[in-house]
Amino acid sequence: MRREPVLNTLILLALLAVPLAAQALDEPFLVTLATKAAILALAGVGLNLALGLGGMVSFGHAAFFGIGGYAMAVLAAPVQAYEPLMTWPMDLPGTKSMPAIWLAAMAAGALAALVIGALSLRTGGVYFIMITLAFAQMLYYFAVSWPAYGGEDGISIYVRNGFPGLDTLNPLQFFGLCLGVLLLALGAMHLIARSRFGLALDGARQNPDRVAALGLRPARLKLIAFVISGAVTALAGALFADLNRFVSPSMLHWQTSGEIMVFVILGGAGRLFGPVAGAAIFVLLEHLLGGVSEYWKLFLGLALLGIVLFARGGLIGALAGRAVAHD
Amino acid sequence: MTDEILEVQDLQLAFGALKATDGVSLTLRRGEIHALIGPNGAGKSTLIGLIAGTLRPDAGCIRLNGRDVTGCDAAARARAGLARTFQITTLAPELTVLQNVMLAVAGASGAPYRFLRPALSDPALVERAGGFIARVGLAGRRAVRAGDLAHGERRRLDLAMALALAPRAFVLDEPMAGMGPDGAREMTALLDLLRREAPILLVEHDMDAVFRLADRISVLVSGRIIASGPVEAVRADREVQRAYLGEERLA
Ligand SMILES: Nc1ncnc2c1ncn2[C@@H]1O[C@H](COP(=O)(O)OP(=O)(O)O)[C@@H](O)[C@H]1O
Ligand SMILES: [Mg+2]
Repeated sequence: MRREPVLNTLILLALLAVPLAAQALDEPFLVTLATKAAILALAGVGLNLALGLGGMVSFGHAAFFGIGGYAMAVLAAPVQAYEPLMTWPMDLPGTKSMPAIWLAAMAAGALAALVIGALSLRTGGVYFIMITLAFAQMLYYFAVSWPAYGGEDGISIYVRNGFPGLDTLNPLQFFGLCLGVLLLALGAMHLIARSRFGLALDGARQNPDRVAALGLRPARLKLIAFVISGAVTALAGALFADLNRFVSPSMLHWQTSGEIMVFVILGGAGRLFGPVAGAAIFVLLEHLLGGVSEYWKLFLGLALLGIVLFARGGLIGALAGRAVAHD
Repeated sequence: MTDEILEVQDLQLAFGALKATDGVSLTLRRGEIHALIGPNGAGKSTLIGLIAGTLRPDAGCIRLNGRDVTGCDAAARARAGLARTFQITTLAPELTVLQNVMLAVAGASGAPYRFLRPALSDPALVERAGGFIARVGLAGRRAVRAGDLAHGERRRLDLAMALALAPRAFVLDEPMAGMGPDGAREMTALLDLLRREAPILLVEHDMDAVFRLADRISVLVSGRIIASGPVEAVRADREVQRAYLGEERLA
């Protein structure tokens, strides 16, 4: 019956095994690939709270992903240019410290999600999808026309930011750091799903009227979930920018929103490890098929259509069966 | 402390040209079951929606325990002590019976914003919820998903969730709809127990149940209350017989 925890452990072991094998086979590129999968999985974990548990089909999570990326650039670029971050209203230097960058990225993502969520959650269904998409595209065009950070070309951060006690330029160590962050986020999501808030949010998705009749406010529950979701995806954005040592408006593009959504739906919306499975498979397919055919995303799209139509629990659902509510 | 737990005064609501609620006033007193009857489309569910706060009136006022709650939303009214069920049973279908009732307990406690502490394995919460489940006779069905329950069981679960709010007033929209005679009889017994917790405003089509349970009856036709009073008086009312009870009862 309880296949899901076993499956989750296997996914985790696979993710852990890839870079170790890569090291042994002297294929360092595979470590980067696994790191990318872990970071994209984190972005999906963020969206999964909104989409899976909260039922909010956000087609604008690139906004938070990109905001996280640009938060990194805004803080780190002044350091490599030997300039202060700001001199007014107070003197503030930039930083190359990941924990500080992460906090800033999450705060910025949460704030953006609060604004976007408060405006979008007045609507539902297709309108919610369109409005979140529109907000993300607005940010995209803003970034394209923002010369201070390279406009369309983006901006490179030449030296990866630091983390106390680690050599982040060592691919294996950076992978370990990203995996650690992913695990922390998964742990938090596991707790949230079983908390009073998670129960209330789950109820609000399934039946908002009944939940309101129990004294709870569905709109507020959803907005809070959306804010947490935006913060987590922004954290992933900051890590992604650090992985590439480069930030550009493409992080904010609607295609990115679509890809984050693919991770969640492919892996299984509302399943704890859904985005991990989804992101890992996406990265793998991109690597294997991207060179063969430019149209691999078309096939992925068709596969997705199949999942939406026939296997609503995604890969996790297909392998582990129907979700045992919360257990 | 007032004896009038719930007071509705001159409530009005129009859907376009249709006056679904047309100057309705009624009260619900401590300890009573007040039945609201009327033909289909009379505006009963609309009135329940207005009282519960899912619909906003064009005019009029609603007081709960003497406090004006007309401006409050559904959640605030629930917290003020109003437990409402829907004509079409609405639950969280993917949650189990236990989880649905825990959701109600969590809602009633007014502390849903706890993010990390486990709720589902919290023994105090489980025990409280379990008590309400046992009272509606679903003790053996705790782990079943609400969506997998039989119709009558869903209605019971609905009541368990209402009970879990520890309300000051119940507002129930056709709790016996779609039940067979046995189910209706069991539900009648259950409502008789429920009235000890709080008075009940009961919308119901099953006249046997209404006559057995109600202390007072109000008859709603086309958005207006055409008769209201003790059971016998309303039963004898000619206008009511013509408008609602129908020829079959006269024959
Ligand atoms: N949301 C709505 N919009 C328009 N008309 C409505 C709406 N809800 C109910 N009505 C109409 O109001 C009248 C009363 O409906 P309702 O309160 O459901 O009656 P009852 O519960 O007594 O059968 C009906 O004519 C119904 O068609
Ligand atoms: Mg009705």
